[in-house]
Amino acid sequence: MADGVKPRVRVPDEAKAGEVIQIKTLISHPMESGQRRDDDGNLIPRSIINRFTVEFEGESVIDVAMEPAISSNPYFEFEATVPSSGSFVFTWYDDDGDVYTEEKTVTVA
Amino acid sequence: MRRIETMHVTRRDSLALGLGAAALAALPLRAQTADANIEAAVLDFTGDAELKEGGVTLTAPEIAENGNTVPIKVEAPGASEILVLAAGNPNPEVGRFAFGPLAASQYASTRIRLAQTQDVIAIAKLGDGSFARTSQEVKVTIGGCGG
Repeated sequence: MADGVKPRVRVPDEAKAGEVIQIKTLISHPMESGQRRDDDGNLIPRSIINRFTVEFEGESVIDVAMEPAISSNPYFEFEATVPSSGSFVFTWYDDDGDVYTEEKTVTVA
Repeated sequence: MRRIETMHVTRRDSLALGLGAAALAALPLRAQTADANIEAAVLDFTGDAELKEGGVTLTAPEIAENGNTVPIKVEAPGASEILVLAAGNPNPEVGRFAFGPLAASQYASTRIRLAQTQDVIAIAKLGDGSFARTSQEVKVTIGGCGG
């Protein structure tokens, strides 16, 4: 596991049925590109998050295939429709096989 | 004596010529490789379909002081997927955004790395299955790939 990986997501707690909400996500991760060299001139091996997905109650919102050109601490902003009360599940897939998840519940009044 | 001098000049000339030729050969080769990489990435995404203008927008700064974190936004109403490429990076692929049924709009913002001043390209697969392309040049003051 890359050190200090911490996901953060911003989702409103409540919404109206069918409302469009904006979601912002950030995960602390170095996104080592595999292009950089250390002080001795050796190539630092690639180690990135290569995929990010968001689902609401099993239905897809967005699915991003990520390359080393995504900046460190990957940030994404997008919009989702909230059909009913339920949970958004955010998943980040690391090159090293680790998977980081975060869940946010939205209540439709 | 004269003979040696002649030889010396000849060797130096040929060395200079050789270096010049090597430099000339190296430049287009690098550009060609980058072009081929972009072409391969586009082909993989579009399956050689025609790319039309309009239908996809890319918002990026004209000048990015720090190439390590350049904010971009891509948007293509009704699109199922948007591919983002950076033509001047060692590896042109940046990311591929697939929008699901609960995406309220087909837009996404993120931050990307740009190694140098270059064109950023966005290609969208639209709702009718056609493809749209746009690009924008971003001038980079400090590149974002090496140390």
